[in-house]
Amino acid sequence: MTFLDQADRGIPTGLAKVLHLNWALTLLLATVASVGFLMLYSVAGGSFEPWAKAQMIRFGLGLAAMFIVGFIHIRFWRGIAPIAYAAGIVLLIIVEFFGSIGMGAQRWIDLGFIMLQPSELMKIALVMMLALYYDWLPREKVSRPLWVALPLVLTLIPTAMVLQQPDLGTAILIVASGGVVMFLAGVSLWYFIAAVSGGVGLVSLVMMSRGESWQILKDYQYKRIETFLDPSLDPLGSGYHITQSKIALGSGGLSGRGFMEGTQTRLNFLPEKHTDFIFTTLAEEFGFVGSISLLMLYLLVVVFCLVSAMRNRDRFGALLTGGIAATFFFFFAVNMAMVMGLIPVVGVPLPLVSYGGSAMLVLMAAFGLVQSAHIHRPR
Amino acid sequence: MRRPSQTTPTYVTRRGLMLLGLKLGVVGGLGYRMRQLQVEQADTFRLLAEENRVNIRLLPPARGLIFDRNGKPIAVNQQNYRVTVVREQTDNPEETLHKLSRLIPLPPDRQEKVLKEMRQRSAFVPVTVTEHLSWEEIARVAANAPALPGVTTEVGLTRHYPELENFAHIVGYVGPVSERDLNRVEDPDPLLQIPDFQIGKTGIEQRVEGGLRGGAGNSRIEVNAAGRVMRELERTEGIAGQDLHLTIDKELQAYALKRMAGQSSAAVVLDVKTGEIIVSASAPSFDPNAFVFGISTGNWNELLNDPYRPLSNKAVSGAYPPGSTFKMVVALAALEAGVVGPGETVYCPGHYQLGRRRFHCWKRGGHGHTDLNESLKFSCDVYYYDVARRVGIEKITAMANRLGIGIKHDLPLPAISEGLTPTKAWKRRVHDEDWLVGDTLNSGIGQGFMLASPLQLAVMTARIASGREITPRLIRAVEGQPTAKPPPAELDISEQSLGLVRRGMFDVVNGRRGTARRSRIVDPENRMAGKTGTSQVRIITPEERARGVFKNKDLPWERRDHALFVSYAPYTDPRYAMAVIVEHGGGGSVAAAPIARDIMLRCLYGPVPPLEAYPAEERDKIEALRAAEPPVEETPPPSTSDRA
Repeated sequence: MTFLDQADRGIPTGLAKVLHLNWALTLLLATVASVGFLMLYSVAGGSFEPWAKAQMIRFGLGLAAMFIVGFIHIRFWRGIAPIAYAAGIVLLIIVEFFGSIGMGAQRWIDLGFIMLQPSELMKIALVMMLALYYDWLPREKVSRPLWVALPLVLTLIPTAMVLQQPDLGTAILIVASGGVVMFLAGVSLWYFIAAVSGGVGLVSLVMMSRGESWQILKDYQYKRIETFLDPSLDPLGSGYHITQSKIALGSGGLSGRGFMEGTQTRLNFLPEKHTDFIFTTLAEEFGFVGSISLLMLYLLVVVFCLVSAMRNRDRFGALLTGGIAATFFFFFAVNMAMVMGLIPVVGVPLPLVSYGGSAMLVLMAAFGLVQSAHIHRPR
Repeated sequence: MRRPSQTTPTYVTRRGLMLLGLKLGVVGGLGYRMRQLQVEQADTFRLLAEENRVNIRLLPPARGLIFDRNGKPIAVNQQNYRVTVVREQTDNPEETLHKLSRLIPLPPDRQEKVLKEMRQRSAFVPVTVTEHLSWEEIARVAANAPALPGVTTEVGLTRHYPELENFAHIVGYVGPVSERDLNRVEDPDPLLQIPDFQIGKTGIEQRVEGGLRGGAGNSRIEVNAAGRVMRELERTEGIAGQDLHLTIDKELQAYALKRMAGQSSAAVVLDVKTGEIIVSASAPSFDPNAFVFGISTGNWNELLNDPYRPLSNKAVSGAYPPGSTFKMVVALAALEAGVVGPGETVYCPGHYQLGRRRFHCWKRGGHGHTDLNESLKFSCDVYYYDVARRVGIEKITAMANRLGIGIKHDLPLPAISEGLTPTKAWKRRVHDEDWLVGDTLNSGIGQGFMLASPLQLAVMTARIASGREITPRLIRAVEGQPTAKPPPAELDISEQSLGLVRRGMFDVVNGRRGTARRSRIVDPENRMAGKTGTSQVRIITPEERARGVFKNKDLPWERRDHALFVSYAPYTDPRYAMAVIVEHGGGGSVAAAPIARDIMLRCLYGPVPPLEAYPAEERDKIEALRAAEPPVEETPPPSTSDRA
């Protein structure tokens, strides 16, 4: 009891927790979400139906989830991390066999009241699991090969399953999230350098083999890779999206065409304008000023989380916060890079802004974990 | 017991800062990309966005209207009511069409076609169900609109010819643009690409296409990614085509065609002073409206196979041996060349001997001693054999050309006949044979190689009557502005020669034994001068001549003589010149002259000429005819829509 007293000294209890919430972060998230409402309203042609209203309700639910998760002691979340990880794996197996088809891939589980995307859940569960692992692992063992291999396996199992769906975007995000936790935990930089150069080496080997006697992939697979990397080779297919997206962005100019004045959006030239490509609407209607502002908002969220993580002396809480911040960062960075034609199109939504229920709820719950780590940090 | 997790997070802090640095780098990259797209290349992308959304749609202009000389409509634009259906706005296309079929004529096969087209096109594209509905029909559809979702009534403009067959050969008709039309022009007007656009196919509609068509308007419309029209951004109305006023008098034209009905014939009336074509009729004719919406193969074949050739404009495109109507040309050529004097006579025994060949006069017994006046009055052939031989073919041809024969007159019509005025060089070139004296003799009576169109004969008559170089004109005003007309120059023919020939023509109609005496006008104010012609289309063999020449009524239609008559009136102050031909009609005095007289009377007096103008012996017949067929009350002109 004395130890617990010691450990929890200064940690608020009961309603006092509300005062110790990271209010600045909460406000930032609400601001980002509001940008989302505005854009969904615009995309629907100046109507709360069908997207903006639903999104607001979800954000409300998400906020509630964040508070509930945040008020529960971080110890609890550390305790259930392995269960969460196992549950994520089970759900991924279930979705493999019983999931419904969405956007050409098996991704969703129908829970009756919500369409759940297990891969979303998996990202957070993995971060929790790895944070727990490094909390438990003595510092000096962190960079030993065997102890590096274990978290690598923990990361690669769900990654492989998500790739199977196939959902390349989420798979990349899972690997990145896992990698970031390992990075924050202090795994030797050489591993990262080796992983990156190994990846680059493998890819160049595969590409170099083309046309040689030892060609690794089939010809059509190379063609697919080509159009994936350069959509302009297929201007009516995948290239259409990115061309129209760039037109929308560019035509926004410095200050945008004005709220609800974006012709690319209004006239349906943009595909998936309410989900993955919603950033183009913002960029078209509010211009460079609008898009850079959103980017700054996102950056602030990440910075707040990272600062919170760095000031947290609880290793689990710090790694969890840093990992979630990184997940969030990868979300928006990949989405923006995608719509701006910097990287190939992979299905990654813009966090808190794109229309989508389960992603929003999972993300808000994850920020609940950040809040919990913040409130219950050792003082 | 769990290990307390209170390790100092120095590594987290250091690695956290490294991570933050990496992230800032990525964000910097994203920001730079935004700047690149939204600031540096903004103009390019703005342009691309405009190209995406803005389409330009052409608006067809209203076609220029065509009126007769008195402003009566001849070619108008009629409102074309049509019904269209938009698939996505109708719950059940089959049922909608079925409902429509109870309101307007819509046969099942048409319904099938519409349904098929609806399936092929995008859901928002309007598909035409039927066109050319009456006002009552369209009103019925409009009244039931609430029960017919997706059905709309539209109105467009199509050409209509209220005068039906009366102007088919002059005005022609319009029709849908064909592949051939598109290939014919080098830089096609984008208007031609508009579906259902109508273009002049023949006649004035074709030859004055440029003026009648007008200029395209355009509408800048905003479209969405699927091509659906969202709204109109800007609209520039087209420039309507130019209105034309023809020189033709609608009433006289209609009368001429009615008068010639049942015969393959043509009539041209010219204003002697201006050269304006008052009547240019070719019978039988056809209804040009049938061509506007595409003519059926059956009707087309019927027109094509009719021996009376309703599709050809005989008045302008036909070429006939002028026969005796050519004798004025020979007479003038001879008088001007001085090879014959006015009182000089030629003896006509009924034939003219040239070596071993005998050229016959139409009158077996001959005309005896014949002077110029009598040669015209009685149409003596021998006189002209003799005179033609003396003056020579080159001078005859030169005179014919000077009077407008063998000249292609410049009119906005297709297939204008040049006729044929032979020369020695021509025969050598075309037939590779020497010119024979016999050819000159045949030419002297307007036979042989000599060919002229009714228009050319009318021009010849007008030139003789006026002594001026009258040229025919068909368009009186464009957009209300009279077309420029240089005053006709004097013909270089002496007034004395012209006077002799005119006097001869006067006597043909009014002389005691003139060939066209029965067709004279007795009103001294409006006396008519003229010349009959009966041109042979077959060769009369010596055997037939010996046995007795076949009467026309004993011959099959296509071997009978052409009947011709040229005339002008009033004799003292000529105003109208005319040529009439009745193909295979027999004698000119019997078949052609009465038609000419009747048309001329209406030119002079209007629709109901006084009985006193007719010769006394004809009046009973005319009165009986009028009683049998009371003149139709002049109906007010049908209300034709102006440009909508």
